[in-house]
Amino acid sequence: MKTEEIVFDVKKLNLWYGENHALKDIEFKIMKNEITAIIGPSGCGKSTFVKTLNRMTDNVSIARTEGEVLYHGRNIFDEKLRVEELRTKVGMVFQKPNPFPKSIFENVVYGPRIHGIKDKKVLMEIAERSLKHAALWDEVKDRLNDNAYGLSGGQQQRLCIARCLAVEPEVILMDEPTSALDPIATNKIEDLIEDLKKEYTIVIVTHSMQQAARISDKTAFFLMGDLIEVDRTDVIFTNPRDQKTEDYITGRFG
Amino acid sequence: MDYQEQINIKKIKKEKTNINKKQNNYTFEISRKRINNRILLNNILKKVFSLSTVFALLVLGLLFYRIAIDAKGWIDLQFLTSNLSIFAEKAGIKGAIIGTVWLMLIVAPITMSIGVITAIYLEEYAEKNKLSAFLKVNISNLAGVPSVIFGLLGLTVFGRLMNLGSSILAGGLTMSLLVLPIIVVSSQEALKSVPSYMKEASYALGADKWTTIRKVVLPVALPGILTGSILSLSRAIGETAPLVVLGIPTLIMKYPTSAMDNFTALPIQIYYWTLDAVLTREYANLAAATIVVLLAILFLMNSIAIIIRNKFQKRY
Repeated sequence: MKTEEIVFDVKKLNLWYGENHALKDIEFKIMKNEITAIIGPSGCGKSTFVKTLNRMTDNVSIARTEGEVLYHGRNIFDEKLRVEELRTKVGMVFQKPNPFPKSIFENVVYGPRIHGIKDKKVLMEIAERSLKHAALWDEVKDRLNDNAYGLSGGQQQRLCIARCLAVEPEVILMDEPTSALDPIATNKIEDLIEDLKKEYTIVIVTHSMQQAARISDKTAFFLMGDLIEVDRTDVIFTNPRDQKTEDYITGRFG
Repeated sequence: MDYQEQINIKKIKKEKTNINKKQNNYTFEISRKRINNRILLNNILKKVFSLSTVFALLVLGLLFYRIAIDAKGWIDLQFLTSNLSIFAEKAGIKGAIIGTVWLMLIVAPITMSIGVITAIYLEEYAEKNKLSAFLKVNISNLAGVPSVIFGLLGLTVFGRLMNLGSSILAGGLTMSLLVLPIIVVSSQEALKSVPSYMKEASYALGADKWTTIRKVVLPVALPGILTGSILSLSRAIGETAPLVVLGIPTLIMKYPTSAMDNFTALPIQIYYWTLDAVLTREYANLAAATIVVLLAILFLMNSIAIIIRNKFQKRY
């Protein structure tokens, strides 16, 4: 049975990049162990939205937020909340595979290492578990000490997922994780995402509506910084309430 | 080729006439003369550019040739291991070599630590505001200040105010001031070249700023930082003016044993031997021989810098 536990409760979230109002009064609930897909045309604020969920927008000096994002009831903008802690619970996979210029092993154990695990045996176990989880273990188990840049793009992206899993997050944010990959690598990642759903809550930004339809439980449609509609994916794609959503998913604009 | 050209012309004609509906008689023709002129200009410029490169190389080659001729037969073990002497045949540069090594022992740690730390602060920590922009511009400006001015600063602050006289410490600190801006600027460039997606990956795993710098940014930037540092140090080795202003002597009574002792250095040796060449002709040969030694050291250092750069260049 699925528990209807709320992981993120977004309340009246507004975000500005300087003068540019990028997110407008977003109200949104993200449920545990669900895949939430975020779709919308370029520049609609969907990437910005996921980056707010683990406060990666902090790194953009001109970004300013208002409103609340409750993570298990706690506002992530609370000054007492340590952003480093939040990010170990809410991991992120980026658009372009971005491994460190280190060995495959060092990439996976980077997170555990900086959080204080020094024991080689423990690190090895974490690496094996995470790589297996990311469906990469069989391909790299004989060359864990090779540089990660020797891997193919799809493998690098799965390595980044493994690296994210190694810190045992609860939520994984994915910002167009397959947009730089070929169809076969994309397939593998999609299978992996569906697999991960059992244990993780996933929010995925995607340009591909087919991808959203294939893998997600809920879909949210963003347009010009507004959240137009969020609902079960089958509802969004068969019977959207808003005309704009229908126009977008039927390809009339975007 | 011709056919393609015709099509293109037609296309352009069509587009142009579409745009300028009112001027129906407007036509577009490629002027052969214009194209010919451009190709001609292109060829002339190519010659001009290559000639100026050749000219610079020729001057350099001529300089090396003259020095090599003058130095020929003067560089041997005796020259490298002897003290100064009024007899040109017996004179050597042991004192100057020891002094230059001492100088580097002061300059290298000071500039590399302060320089890299400053660069890290400016690139990673300083808020991007008018003050930090002002600081950055002025550090770049400092890198262009003539070395004799740094010499005067060193003389005032280290030589007189701090009463260090013409000691190794005074010379080393002055040289450090001179080199510091260059190391800061080159380290900044190295840090800037670390792609932001790598830093983001680290932050997204819950790393704080310093962990990210230590574990991701510095390892990637290190080859660039080292290359810049070595090139800056080689500048300090060859720099003469600040030492002249500080009153660094060419004749020392004993080899320095601490940073507070007097010393001499290779460029100083070259400078005074060249001055005295009017008195004793052989001094010109000694100066040339010293130049060869100094150049050899500089080439060696620059080669090391290039090797480091090539070996670690962009593995990502």
